[in-house]
Amino acid sequence: MNSLRARFSTNETLAGWTFALPALIGIAVFLILPIAFTFWISFTDWNGLSPPEQAEYVGMQNYRDLLTDPGVQRIDFATGIRNNLYYVLGVVPAQTTIAFALAVIVNQKFLRGRGFFRTAYYFPSITSSIAISIVFLFLFQRSGVINRLISVLLPGDVRLNWLDNADGIIHNILGWVGVDSAPAALADNDFMGLSLWQWLSGPSVTLFSIMILVTWTTIGTMMLIFLAGLQNIPPDVEEAGVVDGTSALQRFWYITVPLMKSPLFFVLTIGLISTWQVFDQIFVISSGGPQKTTLTPAFLVYREGFRNFSMGRATAIAFLLFLLIIVLTIIQRRIIKPERA
Amino acid sequence: MTVPMQQTPGPDAARRVAGLAPDTRTPTRADERGQPGWYRIGKRLLGYAVLVFFAAMFILPFAMALANSFKSRAEVAASPLTLIPDEPTLRAYEAMTQTAIPRWTLNSIIVTIMVTLGRLFLDSLAGYALSRLDFPGRRAIFALVVGVLAIPPIVLAIPRYLILGQLGMLDTYGGLILPLAVDAFGIFLMKTFFDSIPREMEEAARIDGASIFQTYWRIILPLAAPGLIALTILSFQASWNEFLHPLIAAPSNPDLRTLPVGLATLRGFGGENLDFPLLLGASLLITIPVAIIFFTFQRYFVQGVAASGVKG
Repeated sequence: MNSLRARFSTNETLAGWTFALPALIGIAVFLILPIAFTFWISFTDWNGLSPPEQAEYVGMQNYRDLLTDPGVQRIDFATGIRNNLYYVLGVVPAQTTIAFALAVIVNQKFLRGRGFFRTAYYFPSITSSIAISIVFLFLFQRSGVINRLISVLLPGDVRLNWLDNADGIIHNILGWVGVDSAPAALADNDFMGLSLWQWLSGPSVTLFSIMILVTWTTIGTMMLIFLAGLQNIPPDVEEAGVVDGTSALQRFWYITVPLMKSPLFFVLTIGLISTWQVFDQIFVISSGGPQKTTLTPAFLVYREGFRNFSMGRATAIAFLLFLLIIVLTIIQRRIIKPERA
Repeated sequence: MTVPMQQTPGPDAARRVAGLAPDTRTPTRADERGQPGWYRIGKRLLGYAVLVFFAAMFILPFAMALANSFKSRAEVAASPLTLIPDEPTLRAYEAMTQTAIPRWTLNSIIVTIMVTLGRLFLDSLAGYALSRLDFPGRRAIFALVVGVLAIPPIVLAIPRYLILGQLGMLDTYGGLILPLAVDAFGIFLMKTFFDSIPREMEEAARIDGASIFQTYWRIILPLAAPGLIALTILSFQASWNEFLHPLIAAPSNPDLRTLPVGLATLRGFGGENLDFPLLLGASLLITIPVAIIFFTFQRYFVQGVAASGVKG
């Protein structure tokens, strides 16, 4: 016992591995091993119910179904990519700019009550995505709060259909200027089974509502990150600018913004990564509908795996999504080069 | 790696980020020298107008949910905007006792407590080893932890389902708890926290003959209390709100649903004909525990901004 104890106290190798081992076993069993397993599953037709050993090897078929072979699988995958692309293009710039603006305002020395505002803005970020989705379901229903508020501002009784509306927003806008149907060039050419006209639909009204919801929820987190960055800027830098006779706007563009590159990069990265995984809100609000306009790759993974029992296809989608996220992050890293990242 | 992550070490850093330290940046007249009076008043008014507008945007949905949970279904349909119910009723809350909500709450409490205890144990041990102990393989393990951080949860959903099935843990509390108890971010958080504690104390203890485990248990853990509290709070919040994992880990036993999964099934496929007072009340019930913790330990949330950000 004594010798064991002595060895334990002196031998850092043994102690180090002993301390790290429980977590390592967990990582191996619940992260590494399953991923390896799943990579294999994506080349089979496993249904998720029978023992996985009995699954048939199908080679690249799951990937071909999604990417090259014409059919409903490819159309669904392309639709999911289109929807999520619009979602990312809307949510990421909105959450980043609003959060940045709010952080700059909250950080102003001449304003009081900053603690209160910071708390109020951050609070939605820590609540359950399911609870928030239900609250928005209530706010955006046809006779709901949002429509009543719009009715107050605009003439007449507005009853917009937000949550069961498949109309693409770009299509709607084109409709207002008289373009009701697709020009032949757009209708006749297709990419991955969707015509170019369908690719250019814009997000549906329902997806747009979900984009508002997610932007609303995430602003607080992003604002806190920006605020931390702003408070890290040494006051003398700003003062030097004042001494040099610059205007407040010049100081903002030429001093604050360049110094905020690192938090900006961080916010854009986590924004990009999390928006490509949107799932909870879709599950509660629309389950991919109406007319597949809120289908996203993440929701497709769930639908194919756990509702259609096609685990092989679901894991293939998951891997493609993972690949997409990695590639986008690398591209983004190239474009915005932070000093340290 | 990034600015906010570098803020994690040390309670002082967290305090500074959270702005809880006495604010030395009090407004001085010197800042505004040379600006005319109307300009100063104007920019204050504009600043407050923007701040108050956004505060209303973030608070009103919760206020609306609270008010409408005390209305009858008819009143919710007729006047959803009013913040004070005409005829307040507890109908929605009484109806909740007839649903499985009490059971789901119990499940959520069990899972959240166990996941949090598991993370405290696993993450602090591993974080200490990675921060302080010099052993072959340390760098490789740390690289593994950081790499695992990058895997999106949706990519892990099916692998976890598969492995839980193989282990016979689908539809068990173990299956709900264990995969969540392993958490690379917590290891990362604890390692950066241990890095910020000065080495002198433990070296003194080691010279006095304490073993590595004694040093860890008696000297380091008490010093690391702020880090452990931060980890507790972040784990609590993350596992209480977790939706995807309990959804796939207990696919066929409704008695094992947690509150978020249960609430999502209550929403069901009712279109717009939903019992909104009940749904809104239940949404608030989910929110309350996290809200209490948030308002009590706000500064610790700031340390975990990175984590909540990644989860979206």
